[in-house]
Amino acid sequence: MRREIPLVIVFLFGLFMIVQFFIPHRSFAFLYQEFNNWTIIIGIFTMVIGVGSLITVHYSKIRFKKPGWGYSIVTIVSLCGMSLIGLIGGTENELFLNLYRYGLSPVTSTMFSLLAYFIASAAYRAFRARTVVATLLLISAVVVMLGRVPIGQIITAWLPEWLQLQNIADFLLQTPNVAAKRAIYIGVGLGVAAVSLKIILGIERTWLGGDGGK
Amino acid sequence: MENPGIGIVLWYTLAAYLTLSIFSFLYKDNPFYRLAEHLIVGISAGYWIAILYHTSLKDLWLQPLAANFMALFAPGGSPLLEIGLIMTSIVPGLLGIMMFSRFFSTISWLSRWPIAFYLAITAGVALPLYLQSFTIRQMQACMIGLAGSPWEIFGDVIIIAGTICGLAYFYFSLEHKGVIGGLAKFGIWILMIGFGSTFGYTVMSRISLLIGRFDFLIEWYEIVINYAKS
Amino acid sequence: MAGNVEMGFWDKLMAIDRRWIYLTIGIVVFIPILLDMTLPVYVTAEVKAVYDRIDALPQGTVVMIPCEYDPATMAELRPMAHALFRHCFAKDLKIVSCALQIEGVTLVKDDLALIAAEYGKTYGVDYVYFGYKPFPAIVILNMGENFRKPFPRDYYGTELDSLPMMKGVVNYSSCALLVNINATSGADYWINYANGRYKAPLALGVTAVSATDYYTFLASGQIFGLMGGLKGAAEYEKLINHNAAATKAMNVQSIAHSVIVVFILIGNIAYFASRKRKKAI
Repeated sequence: MRREIPLVIVFLFGLFMIVQFFIPHRSFAFLYQEFNNWTIIIGIFTMVIGVGSLITVHYSKIRFKKPGWGYSIVTIVSLCGMSLIGLIGGTENELFLNLYRYGLSPVTSTMFSLLAYFIASAAYRAFRARTVVATLLLISAVVVMLGRVPIGQIITAWLPEWLQLQNIADFLLQTPNVAAKRAIYIGVGLGVAAVSLKIILGIERTWLGGDGGK
Repeated sequence: MENPGIGIVLWYTLAAYLTLSIFSFLYKDNPFYRLAEHLIVGISAGYWIAILYHTSLKDLWLQPLAANFMALFAPGGSPLLEIGLIMTSIVPGLLGIMMFSRFFSTISWLSRWPIAFYLAITAGVALPLYLQSFTIRQMQACMIGLAGSPWEIFGDVIIIAGTICGLAYFYFSLEHKGVIGGLAKFGIWILMIGFGSTFGYTVMSRISLLIGRFDFLIEWYEIVINYAKS
Repeated sequence: MAGNVEMGFWDKLMAIDRRWIYLTIGIVVFIPILLDMTLPVYVTAEVKAVYDRIDALPQGTVVMIPCEYDPATMAELRPMAHALFRHCFAKDLKIVSCALQIEGVTLVKDDLALIAAEYGKTYGVDYVYFGYKPFPAIVILNMGENFRKPFPRDYYGTELDSLPMMKGVVNYSSCALLVNINATSGADYWINYANGRYKAPLALGVTAVSATDYYTFLASGQIFGLMGGLKGAAEYEKLINHNAAATKAMNVQSIAHSVIVVFILIGNIAYFASRKRKKAI
């Protein structure tokens, strides 16, 4: 029953959600909205579990004095501090907002800005025209890189319009790029439909857990 | 910012210190970077908890649950309807709480019920809509009447041929030989042009993020100078 | 013997410490920010489509601008959001917004309030901010039926029905159009659910990383406009005649991109020269 009941749940509710797409009746719409809301509520608890897992990992590091356990204390203290400030003071609390604006925000932005350095390094070290397809990739990358910024327009302004970099970049984006992405998305649509059907019909059961759903 | 207060200057300085700590990773891993990283993991998780509680849990579960219970004890109304409404409030919360059973090995199987419900809803809505938007609409868009200027017709032919050949490339049930092989070869060329365009745009994206951080550091410098002058 | 071959100039160039590359990029991006120069920004049809559609709306029309960006992507998408808010407020349109990415909740709220204050707009009358709920796909679906289902109250805890602007604003069909500013592939949900199921007129403002993916939806008519990255934001700033962060950044982008192209060229020349040398030996 530990395996059967979840499979029955997934079948019945999955089937309902497919069927309601084709039936615009009020009662179906009501149930559809209710089930969607239930999913959102479950989602809230799921995200809390994520935070719980984080605490578990860092607590284990502190308890067993694993390398870097001092930093784990920083994590747990900042987590508890920020939660309490937000839960008690509310999300419009000045201290909560300032920790977000001057703590979380700059660090997250800076972490991602490091990618600029890494992509430059990758472009220098790894971007090689070894084969025909690699050369095509390289040429289209260079055309789009220069064509989409003002300098592309400036350096090719003297050429006929159809040879100007920004127009070539436009053509690449609106023609071969569309074809490529269209092929990918057609495949993605079929893939999502296939996986969804497999989940609803109980063919795909890996979500039941590693013990085979026992 | 003209005439900033000491509070703003200190907050900006904290942000600048954390920014430079993260940048120090470019030289090599160091304690400043580690400290900033761990601090922000904690602050981020704390932020999530506060936002989830105030904007979601209270709004969608606790307040409706409380309101439905109050309605049951208030005079008038239909008790059956009110009990029904209470059940529609309790059930999702119960399913959510069942997720926590994952932390206890003897009852972890209970977490399969909310997971099953979540998968059912998302799979059920995704199936018709992804097929419609990603597959059917895109195939529809490929059925182009070849009309217009020669350049437009050329572009349309590239799109149609490129889409078919791209799909041929991803079709692995037949060996890529002969006609299928030729189609797949053209397909990979089209795909590479698409990926090259993506790479070109990705470079723009990453540089933009770096510009943002340097803009902030310049802003911090100006604020400190303005404060020193005032 | 191969193991004893001395490293030539090109080999050394290929093996250069990556920190020199980081330093070069840092300088190349930093210096142009300090320079006062203006390079022309050309406007593309896909961005103009968004501008024209909003510009044609009569005063008082409700538009929905859901924003799903966070600090990681704010450098690209915040200028875009600012330009859109400015355009809508300048035309006296009413904005409904939400943030379906948790780390962007405060950021979007701040941005909306900042631009609203510039135009003297009042919360609840000229704009409403729903806030956040998890699982964007499901929230988007539920908003298609009624905004009040996933958002019975706004971000500040006020019942939606008590806000003057929300009278008669029920779901997507009450909004003239939607412009989703999205940092992730969550834009797919807006295409599939908001446009796919509810036929909401939809435009996207996405990061440059994702922009190329959505040209196919532009071509198929599922979205009526597309703004990609900081370039898209700069184009919109040009259209509303308000040059700000994005326009200035285009100058820096030009120089940085040129340097990266030079890096690619040098890397390839070094690779082929080194390969030729090794073959000769």
